[in-house]
Amino acid sequence: MLRAISKDWLGAGFVTVIGLAILFFVPVLFDLFEVLQMTKYVVLALFVLSLAYIWGFGGILSFGQAGFFGLGGYAFAVSSINMGQTTVPFLIAIAVAALFAAALGYFMFYGRLSDVYLGVVTLVVTLILWKLINHTAGPEYVIGTARLGGFNGIPSIPIMTLPWQPDQEMEPSHMFQYFMAILIGVYVLLHILIKSKFGRIAISIRENEVRTGLLGYDVRLYKLAIFTIGGAIGGAAGAMWATYQTFVDPNIFSLEWSALCLIWVMAGGVGTLFGPMVGVLALEYLSFQLGQTDFINNLIIMGVILIFLVLLLPKGLFPTFRDFVTKHWNRRHE
Amino acid sequence: MDYSLVVAIELLREVAGLILIATGLAVIFGMMRVINIAHGEFMMLGGYTVVLTTKWGVNIWVAILILAPLVVGVFGILVERLIIRHLYGRIIDSLLATWGLSLFLIGFVTVAFGNTVEGVSTPFSSFSVGRYSIAIYTLFLIFAAIAFITSVYLTLRYTKSGLIARATMQNPDMVESLGINSKLVYMATFGIGAAFAGLAGGLLAPISGVVPGMGALLIGKAFITVVTGGAAVVAGTLSASAILGSVSQAVTFATGPVFGDATLLFVALILLRLLPQGITGRIFTRSV
Repeated sequence: MLRAISKDWLGAGFVTVIGLAILFFVPVLFDLFEVLQMTKYVVLALFVLSLAYIWGFGGILSFGQAGFFGLGGYAFAVSSINMGQTTVPFLIAIAVAALFAAALGYFMFYGRLSDVYLGVVTLVVTLILWKLINHTAGPEYVIGTARLGGFNGIPSIPIMTLPWQPDQEMEPSHMFQYFMAILIGVYVLLHILIKSKFGRIAISIRENEVRTGLLGYDVRLYKLAIFTIGGAIGGAAGAMWATYQTFVDPNIFSLEWSALCLIWVMAGGVGTLFGPMVGVLALEYLSFQLGQTDFINNLIIMGVILIFLVLLLPKGLFPTFRDFVTKHWNRRHE
Repeated sequence: MDYSLVVAIELLREVAGLILIATGLAVIFGMMRVINIAHGEFMMLGGYTVVLTTKWGVNIWVAILILAPLVVGVFGILVERLIIRHLYGRIIDSLLATWGLSLFLIGFVTVAFGNTVEGVSTPFSSFSVGRYSIAIYTLFLIFAAIAFITSVYLTLRYTKSGLIARATMQNPDMVESLGINSKLVYMATFGIGAAFAGLAGGLLAPISGVVPGMGALLIGKAFITVVTGGAAVVAGTLSASAILGSVSQAVTFATGPVFGDATLLFVALILLRLLPQGITGRIFTRSV
């Protein structure tokens, strides 16, 4: 028992060390273009953590994770343009996404919707957000000094500053390090959360909702909390995406983003935090390379990968690989 | 007076549209509890079938009423054999697989036909009610939806295959033990659901034109109609379409199209909060 726990922490510690190594050495070893490219992977890795957590450790499959990503992005864009600084808007973005997740979660979990219904409702909510934002092109859709811009999006979003240096825009390498530090922080916090009592109850809900309820835990409240945490992380990633691109448009809410997030989690493996982050890296690199040859449409590739994963590797690449290795390891040591 | 007639026709058109796009989905959902995420793309394929075949000189009615459902129905059976068949009993996995299919189809059609709107000319002209003019095709759509849902009801209620279909929905094991291959029933159901999608896409093509991403604009409404309706195919689709369609269209008239869709969703969320199994989970439970 004790050994199992320490083994688990060992894995997380190992991932953290790798993360810190990346944080310190990437800006030194790679040139500007590559650092920018990797900043994108870091933001997307945070985005994927939001789904990896709620799906893998709470059993909530959201088909609309892009909704929180988009809300975070838009909330950051609007509030940072209005306020002329970025630290409070970052918190606002997280709060907006979390509140939206809490409100939506109330309807879904307190209505005791089943898996299928949950998937459909989250998906449709994201679609509606996408449509609503698309229709805000007219000059009457203004929040403070920020025009929502409809399908044109919001341009010239301020670049994030460090909370303790509010007058100085971050350089790309500093932004990479800042974002990487946030990613590592969220990863460690999630790991602690998963290992806490709360996390163990969440896992037992995933395994058997009725039994957990009969043991006296309020399943609805736990699910609501998990979903809200996922929304907050998604919102943070959205804000980082907005400042990284200095631009957001309604396609941030599109089904493609939700689908991509699912594909990354599935590829990396549901039920791990590390796997999905590797999934982001592998698949984004793949589609970046394929994007250079423009006769192959990205959607075709993603569609085929998703079908392939569901049919042949339902556990995902990372757990399949891990099981393969441990099996051989155990055989050799028997 | 004229205005209220126009409003009434528009309300009916919205309800008819929901019935057309949601019934295929409801058939598959009612039978297998699978939400086919590629349903919107099946409609898109139906639309493209109409656009292409009319370009090659096929009569538009043949294209809409026969070719679109036929082509998409056959495609649906193919999909069932290749993908869905392996995933029975794994509801979430089948959702994910159909989502993959949806992405694949959007990408494929974009590559094949380009990301532009293709249109067919609307059959029939329009007539005027006082100062307003109404396309006859709108009336045709309303009647088509009525005829369509009526024939689905009659088929399910009074034919042998309808009886088998309803029995399989209720208890597949029992149906198996009575000597009917439920796998075959599932395959046929998926094909028929796809054919309905093809028909809907074909019927809507003259109004909105076709574009590879059109599915995303339609499926949201279709999904929410089906989950709000619940498990019963005809009663669920009819009641949900009537409530959601008229509410959203009324809001559209009052405030413009943006909030119509949002209201549709909001009403659906409240209905689901009150009736988590959908309308037919609590009311009309013994209906088809």
